[in-house]
Amino acid sequence: MPVATIAGADVAIDAEGFMTDSEQWTEEVGVFLAEQIGVELSERHWEVIRFVREDYKAQGETPTLRRVSTIGGVPTKELFQLFPKKPAKKMSYVAGVPKPKGCV
Amino acid sequence: MTTAKEAPAVIPDFGDDDATDRKICFIASKGTLDMVYPSLIMANAALGEGVETHIFFTFWGMDIITKELQEDLQFTWMGNTAMHPPGKKMHMPQGMAGLPGMTKMATKMMKKQIADLDVPVVPEMVQMIADAGGQLWACKMSADMMGLELDDFVDGVQDIISATDFIELSEGAQVIFT
Repeated sequence: MPVATIAGADVAIDAEGFMTDSEQWTEEVGVFLAEQIGVELSERHWEVIRFVREDYKAQGETPTLRRVSTIGGVPTKELFQLFPKKPAKKMSYVAGVPKPKGCV
Repeated sequence: MTTAKEAPAVIPDFGDDDATDRKICFIASKGTLDMVYPSLIMANAALGEGVETHIFFTFWGMDIITKELQEDLQFTWMGNTAMHPPGKKMHMPQGMAGLPGMTKMATKMMKKQIADLDVPVVPEMVQMIADAGGQLWACKMSADMMGLELDDFVDGVQDIISATDFIELSEGAQVIFT
């Protein structure tokens, strides 16, 4: 499993570049990851990221887009604006959690 | 497990830079509860992957987008010999499907199973697809047959279009009939 140096810390990632240990994530790491995929983080992005991380911790799996909109309170439309084209993958990448597995 | 250090990090390819013209068109032709989900689930997944997605609703599939009807789609196992209770290796007798009240009961059971998976009900699913940028179209011939106009459909529906219009808009697309 490759290890990347992000924001001065060693971070374990998988072959695609997703973090494999969400405990190694810090806000600095989040900023760095977002930069890599061309996303400039606003306060609204942070709300999504915090929800994704909290929900992942509580549920043991990454929330789907629907969960982020119904429980996290950020509408689907907005999620597509914040993380264009592939919001589910992008938000989990930046939040340092695995890609969501659910179908919906 | 290797611990080779890689800096800068491997960055996932989200395909943003690829000039992809991938496009998917679903034809939703059925209005039974079990048969409306395949196109809705897949359309939603396609949108989440950044793929241009259209759904063309025709015949009984029109019920999925009709305000008055979309909440009340039904399920029956009549004619479906594969029907078995969840997780059980037994088939439900076909004759039972026709008993009064059986469709109502089967519908209730299926709705519960869908809800247990945290999958939205049909109206919410359609709204979610529209919000994600999915393009919804109603079939002209079906609308004429059923006496429906654009106002009868939910907000996300863009227009009532003819078969020819659909053939034009689906040029270069992967077309999936459900």
